[in-house]
Amino acid sequence: MSVTVHIPTPLRQYVGQAETLKIEGKTVGDALHKLTSQYPDLKKHLYSEDGNLRSFINIYVNDEDVRYLERNKTPLKESDEIRIIPSIAGGSAAVAPHVELRPDEILRYSRHLIMPEVGMEGQLKLKAARVLTIGAGGLGSPLALYLTAAGVGKLGIVDFDVVDLTNLQRQILHSTETVGKPKLESARDRLKALNPDVQMELYDAKLTSENALEILKDYDIVADGTDNFPTRYLVNDACVLLGKPNVYGSIFRFEGQASVFGMPGAPCYRCLYPEPPPPGLVPSCAEGGVLGILPGIIGVIQATEVVKLILGKGEPLVGRLLLFDALRMSFRELKLRRDPKCPICSEHRTIHKLIDYNQFCGISPQPQEKLPSDWEIDPVELKDLLDKSERIFLLDVREPQEWQICRIPGAHLIPLGQLPANMNQLNSADNIVAYCRSGVRSGKAVDLLRKSGFQKIKNLKGGILGWADKVDPAVPKY
Amino acid sequence: MTALSIPAGLLDRIRSHGRDAYPLECCGLLLGRADANGKLVIDLRPMQNSREDTPERRYLIVPEDILEAEKEAREQGVDIVGVYHSHPDHPARPSEFDREHAVPWYSYIIVSVEKGRPQDLTSWVLREDRSAFDSEELHAV
Repeated sequence: MSVTVHIPTPLRQYVGQAETLKIEGKTVGDALHKLTSQYPDLKKHLYSEDGNLRSFINIYVNDEDVRYLERNKTPLKESDEIRIIPSIAGGSAAVAPHVELRPDEILRYSRHLIMPEVGMEGQLKLKAARVLTIGAGGLGSPLALYLTAAGVGKLGIVDFDVVDLTNLQRQILHSTETVGKPKLESARDRLKALNPDVQMELYDAKLTSENALEILKDYDIVADGTDNFPTRYLVNDACVLLGKPNVYGSIFRFEGQASVFGMPGAPCYRCLYPEPPPPGLVPSCAEGGVLGILPGIIGVIQATEVVKLILGKGEPLVGRLLLFDALRMSFRELKLRRDPKCPICSEHRTIHKLIDYNQFCGISPQPQEKLPSDWEIDPVELKDLLDKSERIFLLDVREPQEWQICRIPGAHLIPLGQLPANMNQLNSADNIVAYCRSGVRSGKAVDLLRKSGFQKIKNLKGGILGWADKVDPAVPKY
Repeated sequence: MTALSIPAGLLDRIRSHGRDAYPLECCGLLLGRADANGKLVIDLRPMQNSREDTPERRYLIVPEDILEAEKEAREQGVDIVGVYHSHPDHPARPSEFDREHAVPWYSYIIVSVEKGRPQDLTSWVLREDRSAFDSEELHAV
């Protein structure tokens, strides 16, 4: 393919003052290689010593930045136009305070220091860097551990939760001993033991529209380890408003995603997902479960991206969405485009300050569709009725794998999803009590059956968890 | 040593841009022509500092803006011949960060703005091997 390369004025001296050159090439990388072989003086201004394009050199094909196409692999068509555009940057003095490494630090980071991509320069960048992780849970654990081990200067952690036994299957920052303690305390002790030099800033709070900008402003990079949509949109918007990179990760069962949002000119989370899913459609880890290792993989990918951004090395996961599937053990990549109508990061943005994210995600402060109180039954009341040998049909609407964990004796299993097709197994003359884990799904079942003409059905308040609390402590909670 | 000729009125505009942007860094492009004797600045194009994190110590002109400025300059028959920016409360000398991010051949005008008042104004060109900046003679015309 023969393409035209436009040479910017400052680089024309290396190509015999030509404004444009005709070059043959199948891809952008191919064309640039031919260009720099033909005009070797050009090379050191386009590429740094490690062979990567200099950070301020941008390559456009027909007015599109190749970072958002396929980079070096971007295919070229006959008569495409390539433009080399420098972004212009600079500034007074060093932004970072002067830092150097002590002899024991040199030893600690020696495996970094001997790599040309890191070296002393890179390790000092890490030491000067300030990173904020939102959440000290599944994703936050590997993030905080590896960033601390890597020697970032300052690590901020936002979390308001307490360590629970159900966390330990994946949240490797915490331990059996710290169950019941605040996650921040547990994290601090573990991270201090790993690397006492890292300055730690702990925010014992839920990230909200009121405190987000104030907390985020002191950091260079934000790593999002949240598990819910309102906070994810909040982190995205706050990062876009402050111009900070947002290293994103999310997990569900056996699958995960990662990307880097919030870079200048690059897509943000809203460009990918303009609208949140309806509440309840995407289950949380507590509802849907998650492979314990999965946040490890995704969190480590996020930590890698954070370190690359700090070092300014490699190709960050910008404009790309990485999809991981643990069952297939496969990684796929989707190209992301900036949404020209994005409400927060486009020129036509409509959001200029942080909004109410619970409302945006359709989550109202009161629980939705609360059942009338006479559609509900308390576990103790149910126990009394059963003890009096009342005829009650106990309907368990959970999934079979939950049924295997525990059940109320005498119950019948019909998972919620199969209920519409299996209503004929129920008798509308029976007194029916439906239950699930905590009472949400069985509430839907009650609603569904009442609408189908069942009048004598009630929901077990608090689900089997409530049953375990109030009636039978031998029933395990999960 | 190269030389940069620039009308005194444009130098004043660079100083006032630095004063107005203080305590943030201002930045802009120098538009003009170059020949064997050096460069002549004909006009300025103030640009948006796209650094939202530390605009008091850093400036960034994103490539999209440069692309647009370059197209407009071409229509007017001029070239981008350099860049100006301010150093709020810092001397008018290029920093290590300036050097790492410098483009060859461009003239880099720096104006120091001390406590909101424009002071020294200097011009610099990146050395061919990228090792340092050399000072450039400024001719007010």
